[in-house]
Amino acid sequence: MNNSFLLQIKDLKATIDNKEILKGLNLEVKPGEIHAIMGPNGSGKSTLASVLTGREIAQVTHGSVSFDGKDLLSLSPEERAREGIFLSFQYPIEIPGVSMVNFMKTAVNEQRKHRGLDPLSASDFLKLMREKKELVEIDSALTNRSVNEGFSGGEKKKNEIFQMAMLEPRLSILDETDSGLDIDALRIVANGVNKIRKPDTSVIVITHYQRLLDYIVPDVVHVLYNGRIVRTAGKELALELEERGYDWIKREADNVEA
Amino acid sequence: MDNNQDKVLNEVTQGEYKYGFVTDIDTEKIPVGLNEEIVRLISAKKNEPEWLLEFRLKAFRHWQTMKMPSWANLKIPEIKYQDIIYYAAPKQRVAPESMDDVDPELKKTFEKLGIPLEEQKRLTGVAVDAVMDSVSVKTTFRETLAEEGIIFCSFSEAVREHPSLVQKYLASVVPYTDNFFAALNSAVFSDGSFCYIPKGVRCPMELSTYFRINAANTGQFERTLLIADEEAYVSYLEGCTAPQRDENQLHAAVVEIVAERGAEVKYSTVQNWYPGDREGRGGIYNFVTKRGICKGESSKISWTQVETGSAITWKYPSCILRGDNSVGEFYSVAVTNNHQQADTGTKMIHLGKNTRSTIVSKGISAGLSQNSYRGLVKVVKKADNARNFSQCDSLLLGDRCGAHTFPYIEVDNQSAVVEHEATTSRIGEDQIFYCNQRGISTEDAIGLIVNGYAREVINKLPMEFAVEATKLLQISLEGSVG
Repeated sequence: MNNSFLLQIKDLKATIDNKEILKGLNLEVKPGEIHAIMGPNGSGKSTLASVLTGREIAQVTHGSVSFDGKDLLSLSPEERAREGIFLSFQYPIEIPGVSMVNFMKTAVNEQRKHRGLDPLSASDFLKLMREKKELVEIDSALTNRSVNEGFSGGEKKKNEIFQMAMLEPRLSILDETDSGLDIDALRIVANGVNKIRKPDTSVIVITHYQRLLDYIVPDVVHVLYNGRIVRTAGKELALELEERGYDWIKREADNVEA
Repeated sequence: MDNNQDKVLNEVTQGEYKYGFVTDIDTEKIPVGLNEEIVRLISAKKNEPEWLLEFRLKAFRHWQTMKMPSWANLKIPEIKYQDIIYYAAPKQRVAPESMDDVDPELKKTFEKLGIPLEEQKRLTGVAVDAVMDSVSVKTTFRETLAEEGIIFCSFSEAVREHPSLVQKYLASVVPYTDNFFAALNSAVFSDGSFCYIPKGVRCPMELSTYFRINAANTGQFERTLLIADEEAYVSYLEGCTAPQRDENQLHAAVVEIVAERGAEVKYSTVQNWYPGDREGRGGIYNFVTKRGICKGESSKISWTQVETGSAITWKYPSCILRGDNSVGEFYSVAVTNNHQQADTGTKMIHLGKNTRSTIVSKGISAGLSQNSYRGLVKVVKKADNARNFSQCDSLLLGDRCGAHTFPYIEVDNQSAVVEHEATTSRIGEDQIFYCNQRGISTEDAIGLIVNGYAREVINKLPMEFAVEATKLLQISLEGSVG
């Protein structure tokens, strides 16, 4: 039943600079599910995020990705975003001179246009900003500044979650959102994600570590290694990885390949 | 994805220059070329007094001894001055008494440019002098302004009706010996705007001149003279467009501003001459001398310019701060795309005590263009406590364009404080992608980033112009990230 999946990736192969990074990846995410993708460095986790969001550096050479029944790979990055795919960047980008208000207003209204809705009035928009700021506990002053300019690492990550709250995506991809966060910031970010979630929205959490998954509890945990998903299980897999590291998985996978 | 970005890029860079049309109207032209006879002919066409003819001839003789300046960071193809027509006028009565006398084709042209000549159609806050090729077509709201004692008319009319004012101030800020193009302009200038604000009068509306080049093979050489008497205030706007042609056309204007004691003049320009096509064919050569003098104590001159057009721009709106406590400002956004070249900036000459100047220059380069800021801050011995702050920022789109900064500082007084800040940045693909990922198209992303970057300058423009300028920036640049 194709239609019961929000995201369906089949035998996906992708290269970066002509080097094959994803080597036949399969993944199925149903509406409402939280999937964690874990794995050692260089296994292809960020490449997967790039492919899903349409970032140019990643070239798809094989396979298909459907999102809500649509051929995702045929859509431009902005169309994917408007369809409801959101990436919380591992390294959020600074855009000097562009105010957060202006940036978010453009983004929100583009999405509304895509859905056939009128743009929000200035007062409705500001009201929405206020609500979402409270929801994700972001400092009010941050949204008065230019996009990510001069933000600390933690502020940038919170700002990603704030944008996620504003855009209410159907599929959120959190790319190493926990990296560089202290435990308080981690809790705020994770709580934000949990508050934003609706019963039919899905989340893919890309992470090295178990600790974020204490707060954002996954339904399914995948281990990505050498461009393929080599193991899929419930949330207990994350705990096992935390305890035993990745070496046993690497050995198993390399044996299968050999 | 590669393809998609290329597509956007192409669509936008191939975007039509909106004002490239030609008006089909009978034009009176004089013979091609330049010599004393031509200078005399232009003067005769305008029934000028002897002193003005003398002025032209002196300028012409001086020009003949001069060479085109070569110090700018510009590659200027040889200009054949004998192949240019120096006077072209749409055929109509010289001074239309009422709107009914204005040729309907002319009315249509300016309407198409967004400058309706009927007063009731204009926003009530703006008076316009509309200049096509070598003559002023119509000046609106003259009567309303006259009630306040304000003179706002074409330069030719000012020569006829206010000769003493013109004679007093003409070439008092930019002498004909100043530079090659100022000398050329002084010899052959045809029309332009004249404005005088009497003592203590705050001009109740924005004054503006709209320059339009229409005829082929002609040059436009207009002269603008703006005088703000003691304690007067005026905000003045200038806009320019030209048809799309494969040949280059020369525009060499002179603008002079005089601010007497306590007067304030704001001069804003949105320059959108035809920039040439993607391969660099055609476009206007915009070689302009603009200078103001803060003659009296506590006077102020403020230049704001948004430069998006022209194949080549050579332009340095400057302030001579002669009065004590006078203030000079220069705010500029210069955009170059495709094969455009710009060498633009300002001179702030501090002569008086406690004089202050501010320079904010934002260069944006895209395509294969070259964009230079050139500025001089000069503080003479007697100018105690002079202050200058300069900020020059360059923004690069793509990796085949150039941005250059040439700041000159000459300080002869120990008490001066001169600050200079400069930055260079690029619109990165990662910034574009970040916007894309939030649902913002590449075009809109560039628009957001460029307008954010230029906001400090755009905010200095009068409201109506600011909106126009914002749109213009986006049109000039969209899709130039490669």
